[in-house]
Amino acid sequence: MSVVEQTGGQRAAKARKPMRLFRNPMAKIASIPMILTAMVVFVGGTLWTVVHSFTDSRLLPRLNWVGLDQYERLWDTPRWLISISNLALYGVCSLVLTLTIGFVLAALLDRKIRFESAFRTIFLYPFALSFVVTGIAWQWILNPDFGLQSLVQGWGWESFAFDPLNDPDTVMFGLLIAGIWQGSGLIMCIMLAGLRGIDEDIWKAARVDGIGTVKTYIRIIIPMMRPVFITALVLIASGIIKLYDLVVAQTNGGPGISSEVPAKYVIEYMFRAQNLGQGFAASTMMLVSVIIILIPWAYLEFGGKKNG
Amino acid sequence: MADLTMTGPRGPKPKKRFSRANIFLYGTLIVVSMYYLLPLYVMVVTSLKGMPEIRMGNVFGPPLEITFEPWVKAWSEACTGVNCDGLSRGFWNSVQILIPSVVLSIAIASVNGYALSNWKFKGSEVFFTILILGAFIPYQTMIYPIVILLREIGLMGDLGGLVLVHTIFGMPILTLLFRNYFASVPEELFKAARVDGAGFWRIYFQIMLPMALPIFVVAIILQVTGIWNDFLFGVIYTKPATYPMTVQLNNIVNSVQGIKEYNVNMAATLLTGLVPLVIYFASGKLFVRGIAAGAVKG
Repeated sequence: MSVVEQTGGQRAAKARKPMRLFRNPMAKIASIPMILTAMVVFVGGTLWTVVHSFTDSRLLPRLNWVGLDQYERLWDTPRWLISISNLALYGVCSLVLTLTIGFVLAALLDRKIRFESAFRTIFLYPFALSFVVTGIAWQWILNPDFGLQSLVQGWGWESFAFDPLNDPDTVMFGLLIAGIWQGSGLIMCIMLAGLRGIDEDIWKAARVDGIGTVKTYIRIIIPMMRPVFITALVLIASGIIKLYDLVVAQTNGGPGISSEVPAKYVIEYMFRAQNLGQGFAASTMMLVSVIIILIPWAYLEFGGKKNG
Repeated sequence: MADLTMTGPRGPKPKKRFSRANIFLYGTLIVVSMYYLLPLYVMVVTSLKGMPEIRMGNVFGPPLEITFEPWVKAWSEACTGVNCDGLSRGFWNSVQILIPSVVLSIAIASVNGYALSNWKFKGSEVFFTILILGAFIPYQTMIYPIVILLREIGLMGDLGGLVLVHTIFGMPILTLLFRNYFASVPEELFKAARVDGAGFWRIYFQIMLPMALPIFVVAIILQVTGIWNDFLFGVIYTKPATYPMTVQLNNIVNSVQGIKEYNVNMAATLLTGLVPLVIYFASGKLFVRGIAAGAVKG
């Protein structure tokens, strides 16, 4: 039967070949929004921005070539350099802490405990909240006059100082506390799903061999969960580069410019400073950093499959 | 036979409930839970206090005198710039953005997913790959071209423009979600419908749509929380009269003029977080499924 079907299909394909463009026209018409989004907005928009990053556009975009001028100016601007180093600091800390906390919480929840779903609900609920809400809530808790600091001082520890949001050296850690609070539940969820996917027999084998629980996790379970860790890594990394709302809500880049981040730099230069060229150059740098992260991942993910 | 003579309980020795390991386990979980619950608790108690009580310090103390005035004020009187009609304006703007965005983005993405898994055409996989890669491009590189596009079609600053932006940026993940779901539907079902003479839309509406209802619920949860929580697009593509709730909240709390009313701010923050929180607590496992679907993009 399949042979008949095949030949029938082939004949139909042959007969319709000249009209290929009009084969199943409805599917193509229905896909127009997708094609437009992919080609016009994603490809076209990105190329447009990259091209215009080589111009001296200010209030309005124009094609007056200035070569790499915008990039030279970008890497000479202290504000951009601070943004980059802030993001690097936040990124490394957030990556390490989120992965660690996410994995440890998932491992604890996987120990066949009671009230598991209650704990899971508690760890994940911040993820449902927006970064604006997160930032404002933590801004209030970290408020030096009425928040945590004044409370401890009120207990009699007069010299207690914990005011990260008003100190240029520690403000990124203030943001980190909030960022981890919001995002670690998601990673815990992914890790928990990964742990649940591991065969029970592996635990039994490890127990028979007399390997301790912690050692089993480090030596056997974590290496087995490599794909889960890579997914989590990509997820956290793409979130870090987007870091914007949290900073605007919690510190607005302050004190001074000590908690500026690249995403904020782009928006400020495009829409406040009316220096579009700078904004385009900065956003192109963001794109480049994403590509640098994405290529090794794509290689690991898709290149590895072909070999294995 | 040996079993019969054995006395006492059988099976592995039950673990002691208060073993040292268990105390450590639950102790850690409870301490960590406090870190996660603390902000919510502080927001609630602060929003129920009067300003004199807040100035006394002790953010963690329960309110001595419960007052709902901050909530009323946040909803209907709090000021942003010259407008003093509270967060209610932002709330209704967000509702007006949310409903068409959710409907439009899911309608388009589900048809995309259906076309991609059942009606493959030349190049369809290429477009899909570009769409998925697009999910990783920083929004900042696409923001300005979209400003130009919206200006050209006259939707810049309009709620309709923001709906379009949410539809565009929701498309990669939702299309992936629906494509994967429709790909798991047995092909015989589709072929049988084709043999019976059903076309593209008929199969979609009469066979695929009713079958995919659970995945529609997941998509709705994903989109409602995502769009409600958006800040970046709201700031850029709307004007003060059409600001969504998150943007208005930020303007109320972080405005430099006037005396800071922390209780009103916290009530406003809670009001803004209420919609996604209700969705989260009401949807339970489906929410987890939604974010897990969002997590495996690419």
